[in-house]
Amino acid sequence: MIHMTINNQKVAVEDGSTILEAARKLKIRIPTLCHLDLHDIRMVNRGASCRVCVVEVEGRRNLAPSCSTPVMEGMVVTTNSLRCIQARRTIIELFLSNHPKDCLVCEKSLGCELQALAAEYHIRSIRYQGERATHPIDVSSRAIIRNMDKCIMCRRCETMCNEVQTVHVLSAINRGFDTYIAASMNMPMNESTCVFCGQCVAVCPTAALTEVSHIDNVWNALNDKNKIVVVQTAPAVRVALGEEFGEEPGTIVTGKMVAALRRLGFDKVFDTDFAADLTIMEEATEFIHRLKHGGKLPILTSCCPGWVKFFEHQFNDMLDIPSTSKSPHEMFGAIAKSYYAEKMGIPPQNICVVSVMPCLAKKYEAARPELSQDGLQNVDEVITTRELARMLKEANIDLMQLEDEDYDDPLGESTGASVIFGTTGGVIEAALRTAYEWLTNETLKKVEFHDLRGFDGIKEAVIKINDMDVKIAVAHGLGNARTLLENIREGKADYHGIEIMACPGGCIGGGGQPYHHGDINVIKKRMEGIYKEDKDKKLRKSHENPYIKKLYEEYLGEPYGERAHELLHTHYVKRKKM
Amino acid sequence: MAGKKIHGGYLELQDYIDSIKDKRGALIAVLHKAQHIFGYLSDEVILFISEKLDLPSSKIYGVISFYSYFTTKPRGENVVNVCLGTACFVRGADAIMKEFERELKIHTGETTEDGKYTLSGLRCIGACGLAPVVMINDKVYGRVEVDQVKKIIDENKSEIITNMEEINE
Repeated sequence: MIHMTINNQKVAVEDGSTILEAARKLKIRIPTLCHLDLHDIRMVNRGASCRVCVVEVEGRRNLAPSCSTPVMEGMVVTTNSLRCIQARRTIIELFLSNHPKDCLVCEKSLGCELQALAAEYHIRSIRYQGERATHPIDVSSRAIIRNMDKCIMCRRCETMCNEVQTVHVLSAINRGFDTYIAASMNMPMNESTCVFCGQCVAVCPTAALTEVSHIDNVWNALNDKNKIVVVQTAPAVRVALGEEFGEEPGTIVTGKMVAALRRLGFDKVFDTDFAADLTIMEEATEFIHRLKHGGKLPILTSCCPGWVKFFEHQFNDMLDIPSTSKSPHEMFGAIAKSYYAEKMGIPPQNICVVSVMPCLAKKYEAARPELSQDGLQNVDEVITTRELARMLKEANIDLMQLEDEDYDDPLGESTGASVIFGTTGGVIEAALRTAYEWLTNETLKKVEFHDLRGFDGIKEAVIKINDMDVKIAVAHGLGNARTLLENIREGKADYHGIEIMACPGGCIGGGGQPYHHGDINVIKKRMEGIYKEDKDKKLRKSHENPYIKKLYEEYLGEPYGERAHELLHTHYVKRKKM
Repeated sequence: MAGKKIHGGYLELQDYIDSIKDKRGALIAVLHKAQHIFGYLSDEVILFISEKLDLPSSKIYGVISFYSYFTTKPRGENVVNVCLGTACFVRGADAIMKEFERELKIHTGETTEDGKYTLSGLRCIGACGLAPVVMINDKVYGRVEVDQVKKIIDENKSEIITNMEEINE
């Protein structure tokens, strides 16, 4: 242990710790900007480039960046001397001198870490007027907008994209004042190998990286008298939306969210969870089909559009192993514009399907040409959890004041199995609950598969089904997915089924969720919320959902059958690796 | 000539990469070789290197754009590099650069219409004792003065012609 003093308080910390870590142990706050420590997903951005965290170290001439200066025995540190404060003010002013300062109309207003810091340090004028970097705004993609004029070169996005996700799209180019973060070889985002997971957006401190908003489109649809606007909500939204209204992360607001969506004017409020149950019917059947008929194994889940685009680029020699099942919200769209449209006697072109998703890649996915039927996209608009909160605020709907309401029938009923789609491990657990019963013709007594839960990057379990040891693996975060897939390609792994979600934690940690601002516990609490919602459900296995049974009886026929294939399955595109 | 050279160029680059035992940390050397072969680093060349070294193209592009020596645009037959490092700069490199711009009728970073000259600046070639320094292709000119610029250009013009004649023979 190293003994040191910070602001006259003594502390002992482990060798190798930084001054910042030591200060946090004493609950002394040192402001940071570029620094981001998401220890649990092995992301630590310690660029020490912003210098906002400088402190005075006795015996040293210059101020030291606390985020990257290791502690030493007997060190004496001051974090809040006038010299520190003045240096920080100067640094913030220098940042602002090369910043658009259009905070009033900025996408990240009130959610921006630079703005918060300027407020905290009471910056009221900027002494420096110099050259400003200007770059064209990249609006080429369906999901992410890049405005490098607002970038502060913290490199968090670069660390996330390269070290955690291993997508390798974002990289700094040029040098000195001309440096900026570019996508693959300075390409527009839509031509790059970006998978639109949105984790760069999730960690960006400013509005340099933001989502493409569909709010206006949704308002217009809601006010179009010729449209029947149906909305569906992803599992992970219900445990995060409350945060935007001051609730603790993980607070379950399902009923209030349904009520709020009705207040916004949606004609029907349905649930992506219903479609998640449907996905299990298809995916579990496909899995059993492959097991029984010597099909290609392992089967990979295909719910996550970021993951889908990732394997299309990075593992384009293995396009035959992912399940062909569409993702739940796309299945929902397909069913809404066929079964539901017929049932209600509405022409499908008059139905507008809006998805509320924790995800930015869903925006890109909704525009994929093959996810359509008779020239109509399965899903018309995708808004994120953050965008829904913004719409509710625009409409002066105070979420937490509303009484709980239920989803509409018939596409609103769901089981606990579908809720857990929102977290890493949940999809494969849901599939196992069904596959087990179908393969054994017995009732699964213990529906919880604890080995598949939790925050480990790669989780494994062996499940005994009849006489067979079914080997399962789960990865979240694309870097972990890459490790698993490389093992499979090299023949080092012999799993039967694998679940992959692009975002750390799964959808609960998605790029469209309320900003966690570097606190990974936010995501862990959402995970607890998800499992609680599952536990409280009366039905916990997808195949027990009565409305799903009815859908097959009335319309689809057999799971994995001809009609199901036409509506609920898709194919993949071989894309370039760069 | 250029077409033929590019075709064989990839084989030469491949041989070079194969000859490197430890490919980690080899990127800069490979980029030097590639630029020597092709004259510039096209997207195609970057993707080739990306595949052979198993490095993301975004990272390679980041490295290329960081060093002024590397270029992603085709260059003229002669590359004029005026050193703008500190030592050269204080001894009047900016005036030398301006004179080249005036004589060649192009700006820094551009190539003459006839494809003969590319003009660019670089940061220190480690010959500060000779400041200000100008490099034309691999040839170094030291203690350059403004009124020598035209002569330096002409000198290289004749050299190219000589080389071309040799090739034609």
